[in-house]
Amino acid sequence: MSAVGDAAERALETAPAASPFGAWQAVAWSLARDLRIAVRTRAELGVQLLFYVIVIMLFPLSVGPEPALLRAIGPGVAWVAALLAVLLSLPRLFAADFADGSLEQMGASAFPLPALITGKVAAHWIATGAPLVLLSPVLALPFGLSGEESAILALGLLLGTGILSLLGAIGAALTLGVRGGGALLALLVLPLSAPVLIFGAGAVDAVRAGLSPWPQFSLLAAGLLLAIVGAPFAASAAVRIALD
Amino acid sequence: MTGINWFKYSAPSAFYPLAVRSVPWFAAIAAVLAAIGLYLGFAVAPTDAQQGEAYRIIFIHVPAAWMSMFIYVVMAGWCALSLVFNTRLSAMMAQALAPTGAWFTFIALWTGAFWGKPTWGTYWAWDARMTSELILLFLYFGYIALRNAIDDPRRADRASALLALVGVVNVPIIYFSVKWWNTLHQGASVSVTAAPTMAKIMLVTMLIMALAAWAYTIAVALKRVQAIILERERNAGWVGALATA
Amino acid sequence: MNLSQFLNMGGYGFYVWGSYVVTAIVIVCELVSLHARMQRARGRTAAVSKTKGQAR
Repeated sequence: MSAVGDAAERALETAPAASPFGAWQAVAWSLARDLRIAVRTRAELGVQLLFYVIVIMLFPLSVGPEPALLRAIGPGVAWVAALLAVLLSLPRLFAADFADGSLEQMGASAFPLPALITGKVAAHWIATGAPLVLLSPVLALPFGLSGEESAILALGLLLGTGILSLLGAIGAALTLGVRGGGALLALLVLPLSAPVLIFGAGAVDAVRAGLSPWPQFSLLAAGLLLAIVGAPFAASAAVRIALD
Repeated sequence: MTGINWFKYSAPSAFYPLAVRSVPWFAAIAAVLAAIGLYLGFAVAPTDAQQGEAYRIIFIHVPAAWMSMFIYVVMAGWCALSLVFNTRLSAMMAQALAPTGAWFTFIALWTGAFWGKPTWGTYWAWDARMTSELILLFLYFGYIALRNAIDDPRRADRASALLALVGVVNVPIIYFSVKWWNTLHQGASVSVTAAPTMAKIMLVTMLIMALAAWAYTIAVALKRVQAIILERERNAGWVGALATA
Repeated sequence: MNLSQFLNMGGYGFYVWGSYVVTAIVIVCELVSLHARMQRARGRTAAVSKTKGQAR
């Protein structure tokens, strides 16, 4: 951990003065750094993925194996499980850096903090969100979803997990080092993610009803763009509040 | 506006006496308006053709729902001021409004359920407005929980202010998405709006009750902000004299 | 309308009064807890002022 902290210090010291190109360098730098850290702690990521699988498995156990019922609740179950899995992984976004002081270094560096956060969130999504998306068609099989429905589910999750990571970053920054962190983070993020849930699961239902899922997808895509543009700045403000 | 230096009241020490003097006025206005509203609601407004006497619940339900949303927006406004001007008092006003907003949201949900049962046969119908109201309740809880979890008052001010602003931007999105969700899953959903042609007296009564709720909110918030000022400014010199006044 | 008719509310008495009474209870709860909060705040402020006065 300290080796990473030292590397962070050295890299930040040699960072150029803030400029538009500095922002892209910041994104690339923090993306690469967090991915390296994720590879090193991949056991933790495996556990989070298992959590996703287990939550999904609990539903047939609790509602019974009747195929029609499982087919009806399948998309909703996948979405709720994805939401919970992302929530579980959010604290790791900032907690380690906060604890060893590198977050403070990032805040004081010449690189723009929103750019650094964008890189971190991107790495977080690659490590936690993307595996969920890839795994979802497999998990949709026991729920009797058709090939087309599974594809729509995965596509929706692709957009939705991105939005959740970005929104969640704001929540994670607000609750840095705060008592009751994990549950509090859930209380803050879950109500705000209701629209994502509604449109993501709604897309699969639309396809089932013979309608086009593109209204839902375009709304999710618009939400993702809005989140990419807005969330890093909100998260940056939240990080500075936590650091002061 | 001329001759009044509004920024004079942005210091807690100056605002405190103003709040103390204002509370009785707003409390009196609230009581009078509520008395008028209740009289109109029960003695003047006629029985509804379809819903019988059960519709009289709207005289509480609709004002409570309006206030729950209005208070959240006002709270977010104070939060924005506190971040822009870095003033403690703005953050304290937001802190003072939150519990009242949450209570109104609860009343809206409770009376909505009790109105739904006799009229549409079920306490909870997952319609767009009630579901959005439920999510709003959790937004209030989140704000209050975050405030309570952070020990440093200034950090609590800023963090909860940012949360409230993120929330207020999301409220229209949430409402729109829940409305969409509700129309897509028609099923048992019934429009919760009252009959399209409402007798004028019913509208007037609702409006008066809403104004009563607004006056009540101001009175309660000003009283609560006094307690908050005492709690947070305890060590300031002027507080000792004021508190015993 | 006599008292029993008023309480009965055309058969909907439980729902109408269930709403109004709960609202009244909520208001009372809010006012009572606010009063208690104010008392506590005043008490602690007085204690702080007292110790300050003694310290001088």
